[in-house]
Amino acid sequence: MLDAPTDARNQISRSPAIEEDRETLLKILHQMLLIRRFEEKCAESYSLGKIGGFCHLYIGQEAVGVGAISALRDDDYVITSYREHGQAIAKGISPEAVMAELYGKAGGCSQGKGGSMHLFDKRVNFLGGHGIVGGQIPLATGVAFASKYKETDQVTLCFFGEAAVNQGAFHESLNMAQLWKLPCIYICENNQYGMGTSLARAMSLQNVAEKACAYSMESEFVDGMDVLAMRRATQRAIKRARENYLPTLIEARTYRYMGHSMSDPGNYRTRAEIEKYQERDPIRIFTEALKENGIVTDKDIADLEAQVKEEVERSVRFAEESPEPDPSELYTNVYANPIEN
Amino acid sequence: MAVMTMRDALNLALREELARDKSVFLMGEEVAEYQGAYKVTRGLLEEFGPKRVIDTPITELGFAGLGVGAAMVGLRPIVEFMTFNFSILATDQIINSAAKMLYMSGGQFKIPIVFRGPGGSAYQVSSQHSQSIESWYAYFPGLKVVMPATPADAKGLLKSAIRDDDPVIFIEQERMYGMKGEVPEDKEFSIPLGVAEIKREGTDATIVARSLMVPVALKAAEELAKDGVSCEVIDPRTIRPLDIKTIVESVKKTNRVVIAEESHPFAGVGAEISAEINERAFDYLDAPVKRVSGVDVPMPYAKNLERLAVPDVAEVIAAVRAVSYL
Repeated sequence: MLDAPTDARNQISRSPAIEEDRETLLKILHQMLLIRRFEEKCAESYSLGKIGGFCHLYIGQEAVGVGAISALRDDDYVITSYREHGQAIAKGISPEAVMAELYGKAGGCSQGKGGSMHLFDKRVNFLGGHGIVGGQIPLATGVAFASKYKETDQVTLCFFGEAAVNQGAFHESLNMAQLWKLPCIYICENNQYGMGTSLARAMSLQNVAEKACAYSMESEFVDGMDVLAMRRATQRAIKRARENYLPTLIEARTYRYMGHSMSDPGNYRTRAEIEKYQERDPIRIFTEALKENGIVTDKDIADLEAQVKEEVERSVRFAEESPEPDPSELYTNVYANPIEN
Repeated sequence: MAVMTMRDALNLALREELARDKSVFLMGEEVAEYQGAYKVTRGLLEEFGPKRVIDTPITELGFAGLGVGAAMVGLRPIVEFMTFNFSILATDQIINSAAKMLYMSGGQFKIPIVFRGPGGSAYQVSSQHSQSIESWYAYFPGLKVVMPATPADAKGLLKSAIRDDDPVIFIEQERMYGMKGEVPEDKEFSIPLGVAEIKREGTDATIVARSLMVPVALKAAEELAKDGVSCEVIDPRTIRPLDIKTIVESVKKTNRVVIAEESHPFAGVGAEISAEINERAFDYLDAPVKRVSGVDVPMPYAKNLERLAVPDVAEVIAAVRAVSYL
């Protein structure tokens, strides 16, 4: 289960009472289920050679992205790492456009030029998928800087794994964000492994949220398997960001069921460990809570599963049918103002 | 025309562009209250205020990335590196974020940002503070690289760089900030990126020189003229995209070429220009292309050794004589 933080200041936020309306709750459940089935399909397509390169799956971590993004307005920004298929869908990129991108097709959200690690969609303020560990953290800080500069009240959500916390980019960014009071919410998805290296082997102070005190920043330690806990923590952070241009560091303790990428057999951890976390599967515990509260029935769940199955199949059909990028696209988008010589 | 230093020409370009467009802001170490480590940003804090002229902590990777993020959502940052030596800490954000964002997003996110500051050899600061790294940045598609050699070029090119929608690496030569020259006073004066200038016309040999080597090449041409050797001096001004056509046209006329650069020779910009000339004008050459480069060692501190490490007028003259078989 989740280890309790050693520092009493970092009490874990979990299991809030349900106060959302049914429509919101169903939307959250739908997104988590869609992402789960979408990622399972990605694994299958990858094995069939339909998807190339690196492919980092989000299975197990759905509550973090869905819960946090559910708290946003449409005009807020999300920027993240390379494990981003689920967050892209939660922010509003269609599963079709994401799948087509993974297939390297012209109909992909980055026109087939980015692939799994570089999903972008300007229309929904999804600012990418970034492939260098921690590289998106300074970028997020700049997006938040721009919101304050332009005097809007948009906030920026920045996702990264716990391994990124050891990069200088994390510390440089948090320092500037608090120093200049920027409306950025840093969400560390602590899935406890940086590729094959456990947190214990890589980080001297393992409570990530506690590191915020080095920058006098507000922080919160959240059960990342609990989608409503993620939503509430993000709502609290958004209030600080919108009203006072203040940043927050959220540590979401979570777990990835699959390997680091599709090429990782996961020999560094035991089956028993994975099963222990699966006992608190984020989709299952949320579904049970909704049933206990009389919000959904078994039939609702079955209907939702059928709907999601169709959505995933539609995304695959779209990706299969989408044309490859035209060869001339090789040379486009290198410069916004190309200079012929 | 007004006569001013390179420093003041750059300052004027910054001042005019900050006044022209509110989405332009300037950030870097000591750019505001200290008035700039090299005084290029003098007076800008007073004129434009702390919202638009921002002192940063010493955190190059962080503020370079912050600038790129701000550019993704519509601002036009000018990021000053106190020197380009320190940009080495920020290369992940310059190369992996700024240079590639437009491409890997399928054309959705342009990055209109200028990374500027002094580079090249300085005086007696040894290896870590005195070096040329333009070939690093010029290597990457997505970046534009500019190196002005006169105050007018500095002003005109910096204005174009700030108005450009792509990331521009703008390298000012540290030894040249005090150099004076005539600068047009028209506020709309600018020089397009990617266009070389023939700094001196000639018929017997071409010298391709950039940045600090432009005045060196002009001095060499002046000396050689006394001996009846007519040199054409070409300054590419923009390293990427490179105006190779102007260089090749000159080589077709003179049939001999020397490339002068203060950077290391290995995998340098001069090597690239040489390769282009060989591919495009081999049949016109009456002698092999010759490079005059900084020596292939880290920069030493001692004054006499440092002098030996950077090409001078005599070396350029000797190279022109060598390709002319004189």
